[in-house]
Amino acid sequence: MERKKSLFSRLPVISQLKQSMGLQRGMLIAGILMTAIFLLTAALAPLITPYGPTQRFNETQEPPSSAHIWGTTAGGYDVFSRTIWGAQTAFLVIVVAVVLSIFIGVILGLLSGYIGGWLDRILVVVADAIYAFPTLLLAMVMSIAISHGRSNMWSGIFSAAISITVVFIPQYFRVIRAETIRLKAEPFVESAIVVGASSVRIMARHIYKNATRTLPLIFTLNASEAILTLAGLGFLGFGIEPSSAAEWGYDLNHAQTDAASGIWWTGVFPGAAIVLTVLGLTLLGESMNDLNDPRLRGRKRSKKKARTMNGNKQEQVVDA
Amino acid sequence: MTAMIDLPDAQPAGQAPAKRKKAGGSLGKYLLIRFALIFPTILILVTMVFFLMRLTGDPITAALGGRLAPDQLAIRIHDAGYDRPIFVQYFEYLGQMATGNFGRTISDNLPISGMLATYGTATLELAINSLIVALAIGIPFGMLAAYKRDKWHDAVLRVLAISFYATPVFFAGLLLKLLFSIWLGWFPVAGRASTSTEIDMASLSAPTGIYWLDALRSGNLDAFWDIAQHSVLPAVALGLLTAGIFLRLVRTNVIGTLSKDYVEAGRSRGVSEYRLLTKHAYKPALIPIITVMGLQIALLLGGAVLTETTFEWKGLGFQLAHYLTARDFVAVQGIVALLAVIVAITNFIVDVIAALIDPRVRY
Repeated sequence: MERKKSLFSRLPVISQLKQSMGLQRGMLIAGILMTAIFLLTAALAPLITPYGPTQRFNETQEPPSSAHIWGTTAGGYDVFSRTIWGAQTAFLVIVVAVVLSIFIGVILGLLSGYIGGWLDRILVVVADAIYAFPTLLLAMVMSIAISHGRSNMWSGIFSAAISITVVFIPQYFRVIRAETIRLKAEPFVESAIVVGASSVRIMARHIYKNATRTLPLIFTLNASEAILTLAGLGFLGFGIEPSSAAEWGYDLNHAQTDAASGIWWTGVFPGAAIVLTVLGLTLLGESMNDLNDPRLRGRKRSKKKARTMNGNKQEQVVDA
Repeated sequence: MTAMIDLPDAQPAGQAPAKRKKAGGSLGKYLLIRFALIFPTILILVTMVFFLMRLTGDPITAALGGRLAPDQLAIRIHDAGYDRPIFVQYFEYLGQMATGNFGRTISDNLPISGMLATYGTATLELAINSLIVALAIGIPFGMLAAYKRDKWHDAVLRVLAISFYATPVFFAGLLLKLLFSIWLGWFPVAGRASTSTEIDMASLSAPTGIYWLDALRSGNLDAFWDIAQHSVLPAVALGLLTAGIFLRLVRTNVIGTLSKDYVEAGRSRGVSEYRLLTKHAYKPALIPIITVMGLQIALLLGGAVLTETTFEWKGLGFQLAHYLTARDFVAVQGIVALLAVIVAITNFIVDVIAALIDPRVRY
């Protein structure tokens, strides 16, 4: 948890908000708002919902009414409560998955990039092979290996998170490895070697801090992919059992047969929750990415302003 | 089973020698390295899948445990050889795979390699249909977004592109089904074709397995119409996902090429912006799409599993989901290994095409 917080505090959202303008600013603000709503929903789920996520009612497939404002499912669950609680499940899975994959991916990337040689070659080939393979299939195989595909809340969250982790490690690995190789040739690393610093110290102190600067961006983009993978797993029946926690993908799987008979409320709400959450996270990640890339940044700026902006950016780099 | 593998294999084999003469040794060497890389990729994936699936026990207990008495279970495990050391089983499995034998399913004892012929074409058809949708939406609208950069068109298109990406296939499918099949009644809810058409297609001599192609070849226009109606919703559901990615990619690349020196030169000579876009900027901007299309194959296959389940489209993904529910992990392992082979080979083909089109790709 602590690791994540430190990453979050390094997310340069505020400074990017200042850099942005026009359309890009609109997209960034929309992303921030939607992500904030998602986080608030996840945190306040017990206060918002009238019922628990696993509470069952006798009314099945009820259309929206005052007792169940978004109706009930064929299994007698309250759609509104399950959709809201689903945010909490999604949040927990993202946090576990992304923290784990950053941790492992960064270590492997540093080792592979710094040590090089055979270790590097083998890791690169393995990472490329995993990277080329359909995310969902790999996560599925992992999920079978971890829990044989059936699980309660916490083991379900962990098995989903670890399944997603395996898929994401290659991405962090690639980024960190490339940065490490670039940094290895920098004078400050060479001088550290000359001074006699050990390899572990160079990797941990000098390269780590410089190589992980781009991680917040990948983090936001991966968080949205993690939600989609979780939902895909749930849809195929690999998520978390409905009797232990609410999960959007699982609910959508059961909504498919409802849809064929015109029952729309069981699927539309959890589906919309996925879309809005992923949309928010992607807008946030994309706009930050665009703002970091001078070629994609808004171009209506006067030359003078652009120059001061670059100055700001340099300061920021030094600060970080 | 060879139908799908032979087809793509024949293509680079036919193209490569002709080109190699022109380009000298470098292209040949590049292609050779790429080709050689197929094998470790498949080996790594198959090894991972094998050990992960066996980590938690033997497949027979997983499929039949609780339904058979323990002594009967033990006999079946022994007969299938799952009580031997895992490395013996692993090398035996590799040996079988090398000869194209992917094993037999536990639940209904079918050869898995046979599934490629039976269901692979359905998946291929879905992939082609959705790729057509993705390209038809992604390229023109991506160019429009780049052309109208930072205007409202661009804003709307970019948000749409991200929304497409943010919508899981099964939710897109659900919405499409609700809107177009249930409420408007334009398209059927699920399936590849009506039952009568499926019987017609099965009775054809030497079918390609791709329904609309077969229907056209046999001149059966009613069947073609029926198939087309069934194809629309699945193709759109899966195609939109990829269309969003293509749109963003085309936009970024066209913006990049529009500021290149040669385009600036054209601009300074008074060539109109529209002509610059359609004659000068768009072709080089499309090259990265081919490379990305290779990566999309993996996404498409993953998405195909979800799309086929949503629309009961009886392809490889539908079978995979079926065997997952039946807890037949030999079948799951076999199909996943099969897909690994397909992914590795398609990636190779995409590399070849990219190298033939764009000399900069080669080492």
